[in-house]
Amino acid sequence: MRRLSSALFLLGLGLLIAAIFKGMEFGTVAPIAGQLINSAAAEQVGAANFVTSVVLGYRGFDTLLELTILFTAATAGGLVLGKRAPNAKRDPDAGFILQAGADLLFPLLVVVGVYIILHGHLTPGGGFQGGVILASAFFIPMLARPGTPMSHTAVSTIEGLAGACFIFIGLLAMFDGEAFLTPLMDKGELGALLSAGSLPLLYLAVGLKVGSELAGLLAHLSESEAVD
Amino acid sequence: MEWLVLVIVVVMLSSAVAVLLLKDFLAALAAFSVVSLGLSVLFVILRAPDVAMTEAAIGAGLSSLLFALALRRLGLWRNRGQ
Repeated sequence: MRRLSSALFLLGLGLLIAAIFKGMEFGTVAPIAGQLINSAAAEQVGAANFVTSVVLGYRGFDTLLELTILFTAATAGGLVLGKRAPNAKRDPDAGFILQAGADLLFPLLVVVGVYIILHGHLTPGGGFQGGVILASAFFIPMLARPGTPMSHTAVSTIEGLAGACFIFIGLLAMFDGEAFLTPLMDKGELGALLSAGSLPLLYLAVGLKVGSELAGLLAHLSESEAVD
Repeated sequence: MEWLVLVIVVVMLSSAVAVLLLKDFLAALAAFSVVSLGLSVLFVILRAPDVAMTEAAIGAGLSSLLFALALRRLGLWRNRGQ
């Protein structure tokens, strides 16, 4: 009975998706909201990457809530993992090849992550993607040397400061009489590194927050006792 | 371009089925990240590089890492001959 109902459900879902895609050519979308933003974003926000102007300019509040969701998820993960037993033994350090590879990869990944965060308003990428790359960059040394754990205080300090900065920049706009998270400052020349007003600062805050949060979660997970 | 999309979709579907069938958890995890990688290539073909980067970084990179660490925590990461 259960199998029959799941088969029926799958059939219905497949028919629904097929009906939606029947009227759509591959790679084309219904041009409703996109055209409006494409024509207005460069002038209104000043970011060469229109996705960024939507993420931080037109829909900045959504991004703040996304950060909140991520924070809640990471906190819940930490709660579930709980505290490490004080006498639990740590994993031994990795071999020479992994340690040398980690030393080589770490600076490269940090540069890539910072580049993606700082150029979020110009090229594809931004705070979330760069933050994830930063988190994996800081996880690599932990993988090579589990004996020397990362400082959780530093990570949570960076995370809290970055989140506070994001909200503070949003509040600054309210002091000017604008709505919360309205882009501030001079828009500058389209495509220059220092352009789009406060969007690069917001993306820097997002990148630092996402990076430190995920690095903390990965560290917490890798420091918990393994079951053999 | 159509044939490239077809190849990617076939690879994605077969690795998604492999996730269900593989007995070794780490191998299933690798197959799972292949699905995300194929999806990120599809996003590039559909001219959505932002989403492609997110999918590659989070779907293929970070979530596989999280799953691998969770397997280690649960003691399921060794192949026990079954």
